[in-house]
Amino acid sequence: MKVVKPALPSPDKRWKIVDAKMRRFGYQGHALIETLHAVQQSFGYLDEEALRFVVKALHVPPSRVYGVATFYNFFTLKPQGVHTCVVCLGTACYVKGAERVLAAIEKAAGIKSGETTPDHQLSLLTVRCIGACAIAPAVVYDGNVSGKQTAEQAVEKLKGYLHNAA
Amino acid sequence: MLLEELIGIAEKQREVRKQICVRCCMSAGCMSSQSAEVKTALEKAVAERQMGDLIEVRRVGCMGLCGPGPLVSVEPNSLLYEHVTPENAGSIIDALTSAGPIKAERCDPQHPFFTRQTLVVRANGGRIDPERIEDYIEAGGYRALHHVLTEMPPPQAIEAIIKSGLRGRGGAGYPTGLKWATVAKSVGKQKFVVCNGDEGDPGAFMDRSVLESDPHSVIEGMAIAGYAVGADQGFIYVRAEYPLAISRLQVAIRQAKQHGLIGSAIFESTFNFNVDIRIGAGAFVCGEETALMASIEGKRGQPRPRPPFPAESGLWGFPTLINNVETFANIAPIINRGPEWYAGFGTEKSKGTKVFALTGKIQNTGLIEVPMGITIREIVEELGGGAPEGAKLKAVQTGGPSGGCIPAEHFDASIDYESLTQLGSIMGSGGMVVMDDQTNMVEVARFYMQFCMEESCGKCVPCRAGTVQMYHLLAKIAARQATMKDLELLEELCDLVKNTSLCGLGQTAPNPVLSTLRYFRNEYLELLQPAG
Repeated sequence: MKVVKPALPSPDKRWKIVDAKMRRFGYQGHALIETLHAVQQSFGYLDEEALRFVVKALHVPPSRVYGVATFYNFFTLKPQGVHTCVVCLGTACYVKGAERVLAAIEKAAGIKSGETTPDHQLSLLTVRCIGACAIAPAVVYDGNVSGKQTAEQAVEKLKGYLHNAA
Repeated sequence: MLLEELIGIAEKQREVRKQICVRCCMSAGCMSSQSAEVKTALEKAVAERQMGDLIEVRRVGCMGLCGPGPLVSVEPNSLLYEHVTPENAGSIIDALTSAGPIKAERCDPQHPFFTRQTLVVRANGGRIDPERIEDYIEAGGYRALHHVLTEMPPPQAIEAIIKSGLRGRGGAGYPTGLKWATVAKSVGKQKFVVCNGDEGDPGAFMDRSVLESDPHSVIEGMAIAGYAVGADQGFIYVRAEYPLAISRLQVAIRQAKQHGLIGSAIFESTFNFNVDIRIGAGAFVCGEETALMASIEGKRGQPRPRPPFPAESGLWGFPTLINNVETFANIAPIINRGPEWYAGFGTEKSKGTKVFALTGKIQNTGLIEVPMGITIREIVEELGGGAPEGAKLKAVQTGGPSGGCIPAEHFDASIDYESLTQLGSIMGSGGMVVMDDQTNMVEVARFYMQFCMEESCGKCVPCRAGTVQMYHLLAKIAARQATMKDLELLEELCDLVKNTSLCGLGQTAPNPVLSTLRYFRNEYLELLQPAG
């Protein structure tokens, strides 16, 4: 079967990265999760335009693309803030007081877990376990893991992000 | 690649080795406390002192004791340093030539945490550079694959694994050799080997460490499995939460391909084997094998009823062998040293060693590999160094959200699949979270139930609706608003969800509640309202 190369939604170079990923899989349906990873890595989140493009390119029903995009915790349909702060809520972190750290961050940033500050400076997320249990509680600031965090340390660290916003 | 070339690489490695090797841990735990900067500082110190001919600074994988990281070890001097900083790293080099006082903190390599371990899976951890295939080859890597391809017909390789007594390290403990034999017998145009690296249990990080520290051991194990069962394509499914493990695997696969150790006509035999990585997207249920396969196929990670088991009908309907990361990492050592050697460790029914992630309220946190049959007390008190000052240990949680809490009075129980099940917990993948008397067991049960509720995929009703109801009952109890009736209802629901859910997630979701009810019932009763 001849593969019909899909037209990219815009000349934005990032689409080429997404297209290269799909091409590696011969535009087959089982490339869906890998493709969504590529989209999110390139654009930061999955918007409707991207999902519709993936539907066409991989020849899978919109319901399946939307279903997969919303089934997995890792995918987000909303744009993320400039900075991200991910609090690990795994068992070891929980036993060592991660909930107190999270509560302090929520209070300082004025947002709940899963939300982004109105100025788009900070997104606060939680994660099940990042496997850094020996240095619990762990918080990931902009992709960098910090271990043995206290509520005070976490709030201090975020001050930089929040201060920039003000 | 021929055996001679493999030996040649190992010999060349030995020739270029420097007299002293300074190893710096570059695993995710130590990396988070600046070990990359420490390594740069060490290299700078060596260069400044013009010691490059004598001293080599090497990036290595996990040394196990993750709590006081970053760790730096010096061989052959058997020195170990903890909490090393970029500032005091230089003094480690100075001390080697007595040029200056040592400012880094010493850590005792003779501590029971290290001496009580038996290293099989983690033997290369903290020794080799995980991003250099030459290091793995020097440590004897890919010799088992060569041996199997040239001297063992597939049935004989399977026989060796059966004899070793190895059981699945993902948690359920199904005999690995039997699984291989079933897949080998299944008929299909195509067969697959899948490595389950979706280590979702919170509090467990054994597989992350193996993938970060010794990725080739997993690839070699998969290739041997592929040869034994007749598969030519492998997939490693890794969680997206483990970016370092993913990148090290990518490097390892590329290097193995370049060296002809995976790909076509491996060791000039007729055996072809390729490995691809699939990255998870944050769904605990994908650790369940049928859900994992759905995810590899690009679908929602929802399990399906078994049978048919993956061994008969797995990925895209083809016979598929699924084993966990640690299981695959055991294969090459078993082939190299013989099944009898491996079966010499452990108990009657649980052979070999097991890696545990020791965390929570304990002095020494990190990864340990111990022979099966060791007691919980030995692990907690000797290796773990007991409770932090002033605390009293209350329980050890094993098996994550599918397991249970084992109270202190049962710490003399032996660690093997059967004993742990008897105690109402499970071996699980190897998470071991130590809890002290400050930990409220009802809260622990609620924590796990919230986890299962949020991670339930929603396919079957008992799990989807049952976990929600159980969570609300637990929350009600924790808030001191429940009566005895609620507790009875909770127990009834536990029984129902356990016996009627579709997959392991639902079937084991009540375990944390059941085990805390079994051993800490008083804590529940104290919170109940008198029936009004």
